[in-house]
Amino acid sequence: MQRLTGSQILCESLLKEGVDTIFGMPGGAIIPLYDTLFQYPFRHVLCRHEQGASHMADGYARITGKVGVCLGTSGPGATNLVTGIATAMMDSVPMVAITGQVPTYMIGKDAFQETDTTGITMPITKHNYLVMDVNDLARVIKEAFHIARTGRPGPVLIDIPKDVTTNTAVYEYPGRVHLPGFRPRMQGHTRQIRQAARLIESAKRPLIIAGHGVILSGAFSELRAFAEKTQVPVLTTLLGISAFPETHPLYLGWPGMHGMYYANMAISHTDCLIAIGMRMDDRVTGRLNAFAPHAQVIHIDIDPAELGKNVPAAVPIVGDAKHVLEALTDEVASGHHPDWMQTLAQWRIEHPSLALPEKPETMSSPWIVRELYHATEGKAVLVTDVGQAQMWAAQHYFFDRPNTHVTSGGLGPMGYALPAAIGVQIGKPEEEVWCVTGDGGFQMTLEELSILVEERLPVKIALFNNNFLGMVRQWQQLFFDKRYSGVKMWNPDFVKLGEAYSIPSMRVKDVDDVRRAIDWARDIDGPAMIEFVVEAEENVFPMVPPGASLQETIESAEDVAPKMQQVAVAAGSDAGGV
Amino acid sequence: MKHTLVALVENQPGVLQRVANLFSRRGFNIESLTVGHTETDRTSRMTIVIDGNKTQVEQVIKQLYKLIDVLRVSDVTDDRTVERELALIKVHSPSPATRIEIANLAEIFRGRLVDVATDAVIVEVTGDDEKVDTILGMLRPYGIKEMVRTGIISMVRGSQVTARSSDGRLPDAAG
Ligand SMILES: Cc1ncc(C[n+]2csc(CCOP(=O)(O)OP(=O)(O)O)c2C)c(N)n1
Repeated sequence: MQRLTGSQILCESLLKEGVDTIFGMPGGAIIPLYDTLFQYPFRHVLCRHEQGASHMADGYARITGKVGVCLGTSGPGATNLVTGIATAMMDSVPMVAITGQVPTYMIGKDAFQETDTTGITMPITKHNYLVMDVNDLARVIKEAFHIARTGRPGPVLIDIPKDVTTNTAVYEYPGRVHLPGFRPRMQGHTRQIRQAARLIESAKRPLIIAGHGVILSGAFSELRAFAEKTQVPVLTTLLGISAFPETHPLYLGWPGMHGMYYANMAISHTDCLIAIGMRMDDRVTGRLNAFAPHAQVIHIDIDPAELGKNVPAAVPIVGDAKHVLEALTDEVASGHHPDWMQTLAQWRIEHPSLALPEKPETMSSPWIVRELYHATEGKAVLVTDVGQAQMWAAQHYFFDRPNTHVTSGGLGPMGYALPAAIGVQIGKPEEEVWCVTGDGGFQMTLEELSILVEERLPVKIALFNNNFLGMVRQWQQLFFDKRYSGVKMWNPDFVKLGEAYSIPSMRVKDVDDVRRAIDWARDIDGPAMIEFVVEAEENVFPMVPPGASLQETIESAEDVAPKMQQVAVAAGSDAGGV
Repeated sequence: MKHTLVALVENQPGVLQRVANLFSRRGFNIESLTVGHTETDRTSRMTIVIDGNKTQVEQVIKQLYKLIDVLRVSDVTDDRTVERELALIKVHSPSPATRIEIANLAEIFRGRLVDVATDAVIVEVTGDDEKVDTILGMLRPYGIKEMVRTGIISMVRGSQVTARSSDGRLPDAAG
């Protein structure tokens, strides 16, 4: 029998799992592994910071549906991966993170670059492994990929001590996994599906809210068929955006902290809320005890622990969104709800939420996003960072194609967009990929600009520069009497910075130049960056103040004072942050 | 209300840490947690006593199931079970007279003295936690110098097996 080193076993096994791209950086504990990697046909993308590698693997996984793989050395390599692993955990992204570890005989001795990586990542991984024996390695890799992609996806970490990468073992890749404690349920229970169908048929004001689970299970056509048969209007969560065509007549936007007024009202008035592949995050629900007060909730999720966690479900259904929607569509009768649709349309007319002027006087960020939408005819993939620009992109770009909006919803780490966009572009080379970011977030991972050049990636960067940590500034303006504490930023010359990286870059200060700049960037055969010098103190509206209910959606700064008084009384103001 | 959960887990390194982590992260209150071997060497058995309402306990069970190493979880609170806890209690005992009193007390509870020194004895007692609480109350006036309790272990009476796959497999959410 053939004996292979741990490094060879790892590479062979990654090939077996269909891995073609690895995002990482070498270091002492994984030099032997890198020596072996060199001899295998992987595309290795050399991040400039392991946080970058983790977000790249995340972007790659979200856009392809395959497991993203990132790699770092022991100690600082592993700790730098942590932000991206936590991001993947919160957003259910299939990922395998591989870390080097000090040799087995040095573990526990506080050796150079030793950290308890499995200890650190235990609460932010779906599962993790410390492989102490090379004979276990193939089985562990098989299990890791299976766990990462099966059921509710998530990150799995494999920590491999240096001597395990050099020791040898007989290599045989297991054909199947043996994990008696891990058997996710895919099909919904027939009785509950029947119950749900009856509830939907008898509802007067039914409403669908679709989350990331719909995208993860690829249930785009199933969701559409279900909504069209029942004629139930559709909301998505922030992460559910692009699960349903946004220009579809049944689409009603997204609710929550910066969601549309009419979407929040719809939730507040529905009598039957059909929640699919979403986890009732507080950014979506607002104050829980006032969430969907008139609704019987049908909650469909592959993770049983999500059902009843935050919102009680009248009909809980455990299963994969695709399977359950198929079965539910078969079971349910066609329907229509003209009165309800009429009410919704009326709210939309009275509170349009997304109305923009034909052309603003100043550099208005939402308007610039809308220009980007027109210029790209809604066909680009947007990878967005965290903050105001993220919200405006989600509001004012209309995503019709499945899985074309990539953002971090659960963890919200600034600096996500650029590396994630790199992963997205590598996963889908033929797509037009835009990285939409603020000046603050951009500066957290801008070191990855090198990758655009090194890997020849035509990612376009739309940098919204307001010289502020905009989202925090907005909260300070609205809820802290405009005491701007730690939010004003001196910034470098971003155009020179881009050019230093050999990336064609342009600054836009005038609304009249916005469209031209976008067209200019799109014409460039390669990466390009536009710095939009935007209105510094523009705010994102609508907004549900922290601690408020969806019924208390505010639509302008003038709305804040009266609403906030009620809210403060109702909830205190400690609920959540940016 | 107090609930007793019995969990069968794979005998993997770190499994106790995973379970303990989960409880602290999710803010669940553990009253006691015991771990030990079972009839097979691949699995360990945990008995966890927690305080919480029905929804909280359901959530605990579902979260436990998400751990890959957790095979089965049963809430045995409402089952007919045998519950046992062992306690060692070091009691102040300055004279032969008190020693005899303590020995007699222990006997009432089917406990016994397992160590005797000039001014202290160690009482060993087994029972459900109510019984252990009672004997503690009785011994307190003598002066308790030191005490250790193992935490509850629990088993369903009769031929039924505590952590069967069918009752444990909650995840059909409605159930
Ligand atoms: C790593 C990290 N640190 C801090 C925050 C808190 N935070 C959320 S939004 C924001 C401001 C972002 O500013 P910028 O990137 O310039 O975007 P803008 O809101 O101005 O569009 C901050 C500091 C965060 N989300 N992530």
